[in-house]
Amino acid sequence: MSRAEAASPEETVPRAEAVRGVSPLWTFGLLRSELLTTFRRWRTLALLAVLAAVPILVGIAVKIETGDGSSAGPGEGGGPAFISQITNNGLFLVFTALAATLPFFLPMSIGVVAGDAIAGEANAGTLRYLLVAPAGRTRLLLTKYATVMVFCLVATLVVAVSALTVGAILFPLGDLTTISGTRISFADGLGRALLIALVVAASLMGVAALGLFVSTLTNSGIAAMATTVGLLITVQILDQIPQLHALQPYFFSHYWLSFADLMRDPVYWDDLTKNLGLQALYAAVFGSAAWARFTAKDITA
Amino acid sequence: MDEPSAPEPKRDAPGDSVIATQALTKRYRGGQLAVDGLDLTVPAGSVFGFLGPNGSGKTTTIRMLMGLIEPTSGSARVLGRPMPRAARTVLPQVGALIEGPALYGFLSGRDNLLRYDAADPTADPRTRRTRVAAALDRVGLTAAAGKKARAYSLGMKQRLGLAAALLQPRRLLVLDEPTNGLDPQGMREIRSLIRELASDGTTVFLSSHLLDEIEQVCTHAAVMARGRLITQGAVADLAAGARGRLVVTTPDTGEAARVLKEQGAGDVVTAEDRVTAEPPDMDLAEVNAALVKAGVRVRGFGVERASLEDAFVALTGEGFDVAG
Repeated sequence: MSRAEAASPEETVPRAEAVRGVSPLWTFGLLRSELLTTFRRWRTLALLAVLAAVPILVGIAVKIETGDGSSAGPGEGGGPAFISQITNNGLFLVFTALAATLPFFLPMSIGVVAGDAIAGEANAGTLRYLLVAPAGRTRLLLTKYATVMVFCLVATLVVAVSALTVGAILFPLGDLTTISGTRISFADGLGRALLIALVVAASLMGVAALGLFVSTLTNSGIAAMATTVGLLITVQILDQIPQLHALQPYFFSHYWLSFADLMRDPVYWDDLTKNLGLQALYAAVFGSAAWARFTAKDITA
Repeated sequence: MDEPSAPEPKRDAPGDSVIATQALTKRYRGGQLAVDGLDLTVPAGSVFGFLGPNGSGKTTTIRMLMGLIEPTSGSARVLGRPMPRAARTVLPQVGALIEGPALYGFLSGRDNLLRYDAADPTADPRTRRTRVAAALDRVGLTAAAGKKARAYSLGMKQRLGLAAALLQPRRLLVLDEPTNGLDPQGMREIRSLIRELASDGTTVFLSSHLLDEIEQVCTHAAVMARGRLITQGAVADLAAGARGRLVVTTPDTGEAARVLKEQGAGDVVTAEDRVTAEPPDMDLAEVNAALVKAGVRVRGFGVERASLEDAFVALTGEGFDVAG
């Protein structure tokens, strides 16, 4: 609610619209309000705090483990990806932390925020007032999805920044070795870390759409959150069962850890594109389902 | 948005109807018929009382008018446009309080209003803060505007809900039980606010289960029971439809009751030192004379004007209880 923001539409209002008095830009006021509301919730901040704590714990654990000079972990295959490299270069804590949070902590917090998006408003009764304001059902749903996506990005960046900070404090920084064995500069490594964070955030698009769809089915925020997180856990378990081999490529979590391929030189794109394509498919299918459900729903709460 | 949104709400010509429904029906998925063939007409500029016991279909009707619920059949027009299809153009001109206030407990009262105002794409963000402050002032919440809504009393929440309905100049206000949870002083304030708004030309659609409240502020009323519209019209006409009752105040109640029955009065009821009855078809002076002649010490004698409650009981043949 800064003065600069309040005044900006005035300059950008096209002339024809100024005559009518309603600017199409005003429609984004809801998104701004939604972002403010989401990030002022105690629950959102608690989720971000938990996410920020994970790299700190991992970093301290590795530091203690290797305090006597031995290398971390039992070499390849033990613990999250990249963990054995952290002692050589703190930047690897970013990759380790993302690999550690992506299977559960990150999607769980997305599930909580997305599941609560519509159902929580219905539960509190505020949904009816937003709709008679009138927020417009499609506009409200798009705003909610955009907000959940912003939360995905913020959550991922919180993990990455926390990991980078802890990594820089506890371990040396410098040039790093890719999975393929080539050396890249620290700046290049930072760029790849940012790219990986973006890919991780995009990997959560599917869960976000699924959560939003579940959220339109019920008037209980808790039920929607629990269902979304429950689905997440179920899919993660099913992804481990070899007999379901044929179905697994369609699970939203199947290609999640493909972000490690960005640390190859040259980058191996196959699984990365499969992952992003799958996320887009989930977003399209469950986004449409959420829209179909929400625009036809009787609001009785 | 094909109507230019002027800063002042358009005054509605008295002949127009602000709300008009035709055979509006809602059957819920369980098969329960909540609203059954409702033909409601709310004239422009009126303060329209919407009466009915709990469970009579008032809230379902309001939700259909506000586009929250799709009717099973029939149609509803609000401000001359079909709902819910024209919700985007109609609703910015309508302020609503539906089934009590709903707030974000972790936001302050002011921030709650800022959020609801941001939800309206036709609300000017440049004037948002001023309009929110004006709305808070109008309902007497300026001092508590910075407090978290969680800490508000029911009456304060109710006021904040009303403030949300008053964020913009409106042509129609839909207020569902607006005085719920308020103390008598708060009730009086809200009633005078409603009168004030109505005198500015805003049509007020007021649902209530408090008959005297409707009688005090409303010009028109409709009565619903079990999903059906029982009657609608000007409040004065509705009350006139029910006959007044003859009231005799006397210590000799037994004798008075006997004489009244003799004179042809029906439904004689004795309570403490009062005997009431339906007045017989004759000059009431003769009834009084007969009482005095029989030695009844008449301390008071008169006809009590029928209240809306009498009209309601006469119309529904039942008290003001929850429909089963």
